Amino acid sequence: MISHLGFIVAAYSVTAAVLLGLVVWVIADGRTQKAALAELDRRGVRRSAAPR
Amino acid sequence: MIELANPTRFMALSERLMPWLWAVAALTCAIGLFLAFRAPADYQQGQTVLIMYIHVPAAWLSMMCYSIIAISSVGTLVWRHPLADVSAKAAAPIGAAFTFLALVTGSLWGKPMWGTWWVWDARLTSVLILFLMYLGLIALWRAFDDPSRAARPVAILALVGFVNVPIIKFSVDWWNTLHQPASVFRLDGPTIDNAMLWPLLAMGIGYTLLFFALHVAAMRNEIMRRRVRAMRVKAAGALVAAE
Repeated sequence: MISHLGFIVAAYSVTAAVLLGLVVWVIADGRTQKAALAELDRRGVRRSAAPR
Repeated sequence: MIELANPTRFMALSERLMPWLWAVAALTCAIGLFLAFRAPADYQQGQTVLIMYIHVPAAWLSMMCYSIIAISSVGTLVWRHPLADVSAKAAAPIGAAFTFLALVTGSLWGKPMWGTWWVWDARLTSVLILFLMYLGLIALWRAFDDPSRAARPVAILALVGFVNVPIIKFSVDWWNTLHQPASVFRLDGPTIDNAMLWPLLAMGIGYTLLFFALHVAAMRNEIMRRRVRAMRVKAAGALVAAE
């Protein structure tokens, strides 16, 4: 029987939740920004410094 | 390096780099976990030492991330480079998350080993202050509508807060604390046995690669967010001019 198993499981669970949360957050935020840029592009709005 | 310091060039290069960065980070973390769970139990702590393999790298990253924010802040204040501010802003929530993990896993390790969840000693308190500094930086960025106006005040606050990083590092040497002194990065070499040192270093490298993957991805998002904002302002201006 592993001593203090509950503490080990809790520490690894919190770490997995926070790190996976960070990964999901950056991927979801990236998709949101790409969609917003695509929407503006569709409406014909161009950046001043955009490559031609 | 100079070519990279251009948002358009950075976006093109990082787009190619990202899949590799994610893959290498995941692989290194997996190897680190494999080695950690195969490492021997500590003669005093037993298997509870497994918490070390996730707590210590989180604590390293909490300080490394703030150091990157401080270096980026110098770039903002001295060269006023837009990518420097983007780098600092993108790193702050990631650093806050790693600091939160260091605090929580440290508490979960401290209760069975020290008999308490928390003590107000120099190491724990200075890391809590670091976490509050991250939250303060994020709050200050959010207080400004225009990110370019937020860059300088946030950079100044970040550099003032950087004084806390060496305090965290040396707190266990300067003061009598419940937290143990450094056992890896020491002038006379690590005091930890190789059977535990290698898994710990593997996890440290895995966390560092994961941080860089998250940081580059968050920087890309921030650049796109600023482009969206600039294009919306431009579109709104064109609308007003047409009326």
